[in-house]
Amino acid sequence: MSNGLSRLFKKIPLHAIVIAIVLVWITPSLGLFVSSFRPADRIASTGWWTVITSPSELTLDLYRQALAGEGMAQSFMNSLFISIPATVIPIMIAAFAAYAFAWMSFPGRNILFTIIVGLLVVPLQMTFIPILRIYNQTGLTGSFLGIWLAHAAYGLPFSIYLLRNFFGSLPRDLFESAFLDGASSFDIFFRLVMPLSVPSLASLVIFQFMWVWNDLLVALIYLGGTPSVAPMTVTISNLVNSLGGNWQVLTAAAFISMILPLLVFFTLQRYFVKGILAGSVKG
Amino acid sequence: MASVTYEHVYKRFGEVTAVNDLSIKVEDREFLVLVGPSGCGKSTALRLLAGLEEITDGTIYIGDRVVNDVAPKDRDIAMVFQSYALYPHMSVYDNMAFGLKLRKTPKDEIKRRVEEAAEILGIPHLLDRKPRQLSGGQRQRVAVGRAIVREPKVFLFDEPLSNLDAKLRVETRANISRLHQRLQTTFIYVTHDQVEAMTMASRIAVMNQGILQQIDTPQNLYDLPDNIFVAGFIGSPAMNFFNASIRKDDGKLYVDGGAFSVKVPEERIPTYEAYVGKPVVFGIRPEDIHDPNFAPPGIDPQPVEANVDVTELMGNEIFVYLNSGDHNYVARFDPRTSIRMGNNVQVAFNMANMHIFDRDTERAVR
Repeated sequence: MSNGLSRLFKKIPLHAIVIAIVLVWITPSLGLFVSSFRPADRIASTGWWTVITSPSELTLDLYRQALAGEGMAQSFMNSLFISIPATVIPIMIAAFAAYAFAWMSFPGRNILFTIIVGLLVVPLQMTFIPILRIYNQTGLTGSFLGIWLAHAAYGLPFSIYLLRNFFGSLPRDLFESAFLDGASSFDIFFRLVMPLSVPSLASLVIFQFMWVWNDLLVALIYLGGTPSVAPMTVTISNLVNSLGGNWQVLTAAAFISMILPLLVFFTLQRYFVKGILAGSVKG
Repeated sequence: MASVTYEHVYKRFGEVTAVNDLSIKVEDREFLVLVGPSGCGKSTALRLLAGLEEITDGTIYIGDRVVNDVAPKDRDIAMVFQSYALYPHMSVYDNMAFGLKLRKTPKDEIKRRVEEAAEILGIPHLLDRKPRQLSGGQRQRVAVGRAIVREPKVFLFDEPLSNLDAKLRVETRANISRLHQRLQTTFIYVTHDQVEAMTMASRIAVMNQGILQQIDTPQNLYDLPDNIFVAGFIGSPAMNFFNASIRKDDGKLYVDGGAFSVKVPEERIPTYEAYVGKPVVFGIRPEDIHDPNFAPPGIDPQPVEANVDVTELMGNEIFVYLNSGDHNYVARFDPRTSIRMGNNVQVAFNMANMHIFDRDTERAVR
């Protein structure tokens, strides 16, 4: 009893520090969140914490404005239409590649893998001009196919790297046993490796989906601002420009665009932590 | 059912020769155990047969068919791995059925075979479980079951018992022997444990440093080891070795170990005569050294003076660590012995079971 109590006391400083860090961390987001429910003129004149004294001023005005904004619904669909293939395509390719790098022997395997890992450090800004030139020649600029390919390419090195390490940590006996059982490489990939890799695949899906969903730069470069193809990030940033100084609407728009990633995260988070550990730590 | 033949098989990994000129003929329905210390090439020899490693040189036959270039799945073999290698996301039933499904065996045939194998191994109640819900012993049985359902010509076992606790190991040993009786198929079994080898094998192949040392029945291997390595590897505690020489005196031969001198039995004199005056290694097993008061009848006891260093009571016997001069050796005494640590005693070597090895070639002199 006293033992448990003293242990509790010992933990108090640690808990206090953790809570303090969490508070510092979430304060800006919290402020933004609260502000998104305040009238635009009040945001400009007073701090978000004034809601504590006058909660009656809370309103959905900004959300109404953001949702009523030009092409919001369309760009939500565009975002989905960009993000889902741009997540599925690279992860599928990466899984095949990672399996080959981990378990099939072919000449140049290590060199190729080293090059792919090396690609991790290439800043994507460097690639804009050459790729855009190719896109302009082939007519891929402003098309969904173009941005799927771009996101797939940017996502592949990390995906291959993570999956290869995870696949490589699967026990060799398993593969040999399956070989003796008569399994081909395809059987092994689909019946053994895929089911056993659900955690690391899920964590990759989260990474890649969030990256694509939140991306403004790549979409702006390859898609431009055309409303028929613009994702939410582009439309939201246009909101400010077209409405002049009315930047307050961004607070609401940001939270609207955040809903889907949050949903994805909370449905897959069970795998998220497991998945990150899965690649590096055995078992 | 098939015989297995290794013909001058080599396996090299870079500079290392893991299997060096291995030639073995395993008869149909035989239980052959490959035994040796770790790194001796026994597992590699098995993996070559399974097709998991490529042969550098030589030929392997299963039955009459050369299998050098045959894919593992077409060799008609099944293997039980040390780690069991069960598919973690599949139920026990699916684990056992996996190979059959891939071979497009009809569903009811799969069901029949899996249930029959489960019956043999006493695991029908576990078929719906996942491997992680099983104990080590149960997993081991599932791994064996997975091999049985395939109805292969040859069963390969790669140290299947080394992950079990001692008691379970003894039990499973007997089960595998029973299984061999029942299936009447060729078994090839790799282990580093000479007790497993002795208890289960119809023949044992002892390997060291990639080279086959001797292949024979367990009893012959024990009684007539071909060289010092085999003599020291088979049997626990190991055979005692003494650097000695053969001395002839008055028509009789003696093994002269410096601190002791023991008479060679009459009938062995012609065998060892050529080694008179030459350095040899004299070998005698611990159970052939007796407390004179409890020596069994019908042996050829020769007295040796010794100091008792340590005694270890095992219950049914006592291990006595002795020294004579600078020779240290161990004996297994009857537990009724009155010998205690520090005593100066006279022990009896049973020379009927003596061994002499050439000191240069390390080969047995016979």
